[in-house]
Amino acid sequence: MIELAHLTKRFPGSAVAAVDDLSLFIDKGEICVLIGPSGCGKTTTMRMINRLIEPDAGTIRIAGRDVTGSDPVQLRRSVGYVIQQVGLFPHMTIAQNVATVPHLLGWDAPRIARRVDELLARVDMEPARYRDRYPRELSGGQKQRVGVARALAADPPVMLMDEPFGALDPITRASLQDELLRLLRELAKTIVFVTHDIDEALKMGTRIAIMRAGRLVQFDRPEAILAHPADGFVDAFVGSDRALKRLGLMGAAGYATDATLPSADAPRLPRGASLRDALSTLLAANQDTAVVHGANGTAGVITLDTIRAALHAR
Amino acid sequence: MLVDAWHYLVAHPVQFGVALGVHLALSVAALSIAAAIAIPTGIYAAHRRGIAFAAVNVANIGRTLPSLAVLALVLPLLGTGFAPSLFALSLLALPPILLNTIAGMRGVDPDVVDAARGMGMTARGILRRVEWPLAVPVIFAGLRTAAIQVISGAVLAAFIGGGGLGDFITAGIAMMAVPQMLVGAIPVTLLALAADFGFGALQRRLTPRGLCA
Repeated sequence: MIELAHLTKRFPGSAVAAVDDLSLFIDKGEICVLIGPSGCGKTTTMRMINRLIEPDAGTIRIAGRDVTGSDPVQLRRSVGYVIQQVGLFPHMTIAQNVATVPHLLGWDAPRIARRVDELLARVDMEPARYRDRYPRELSGGQKQRVGVARALAADPPVMLMDEPFGALDPITRASLQDELLRLLRELAKTIVFVTHDIDEALKMGTRIAIMRAGRLVQFDRPEAILAHPADGFVDAFVGSDRALKRLGLMGAAGYATDATLPSADAPRLPRGASLRDALSTLLAANQDTAVVHGANGTAGVITLDTIRAALHAR
Repeated sequence: MLVDAWHYLVAHPVQFGVALGVHLALSVAALSIAAAIAIPTGIYAAHRRGIAFAAVNVANIGRTLPSLAVLALVLPLLGTGFAPSLFALSLLALPPILLNTIAGMRGVDPDVVDAARGMGMTARGILRRVEWPLAVPVIFAGLRTAAIQVISGAVLAAFIGGGGLGDFITAGIAMMAVPQMLVGAIPVTLLALAADFGFGALQRRLTPRGLCA
């Protein structure tokens, strides 16, 4: 869906390239997370996709079409854009903010009004209550909900999100991450998502592109990056608890065995628990076996051996 | 003394009317000319670091020049009369408008402009629909300062034969006639207060609702 080929960008006055011969193919419907330390070129890469930054060399294709030669203004109207500081227009109402791109595209007023209400409802902001408010009346989390609604307004197939939840408190961040994932399951967008938070990357990413000094170091699914870091840099970047992070990506129900159920005082795992939760529960309870409920209501057990085996499968 | 001033005014209605008219014409024209130059220049300079730096410094120097010095400088170059006065007063009104236009434009949150660009607004669209409405309260504050300066500064036009209410003041001083002086001074003060009030009200009206605390 998005194809970056040999992208290079060098800023004037800088000895090293911000992005150095980067090639990346992002599939339709996936969330591609760009991650790396500050200055690795992740934001520059993203901003080249909607040509807020012009590459020095290389091509960008969206849905097969080379966008490096097209009109940047038209391109941007067809690509959703969400930034960390949200950037809502403070002098416009929430409805006017969400209507920005439809307005630019010349939709008629009733169509815009319908779309605004639909989107506000989608991001869990009651339209009647919020549409005529101003941004300063909203909390940080609500502002970013509006930011997401605004980016979705003209139903762009591709969205760029630059640390969209980076300025929010952890609880708000987690709930917005969950809502975005739910939203994207319904809408099937192709997303480029920039973050510097590895936990956010593991949670949100279909695939994660780890960058360092303008180059792509590893591009793979979260489980694969945790299981097989490409080099010492990636290993250090994902953290010394990468085994635990991997367990966090594995649903306990999928590993349950229907061995004879243990005694009644064995700890029980909540529905949706991961193997990481299971391990934590087992260690805390000083037990070897925990009970977990599968999606169809059947009960199974997770043991410390199950967890060890899951980590070392293959 | 106020009564004497009133008698003087009643005795010279035409003279007063003309002086008031000239004074207003000078002020409005000077303010309009300055705004027509300073606002576009400020908008142009705001996003160009070097030009903005130069403009701010020149404007600051301009602001420290006493009004009388500006007139004194104009006199040998342009002579006396309405036009040189207008020129001098326009010069006087430029700095506050220019400085506030630059400050207003630069005060617009860069993230808001980035979001606007990223959504596909054109440079003109961003200026018209985002930067201008957000900068307008600050620009109007500059116009307000300039208006007061011009109205009071126009008194000095009398020195170079520009006319206006300053004529009563200079003549009054020369003849030690306080009532005559007040016929110039009081209306000028009232005009300045009215301009302050008027622009203040306009500024509040033009401040977007979303920005009011």
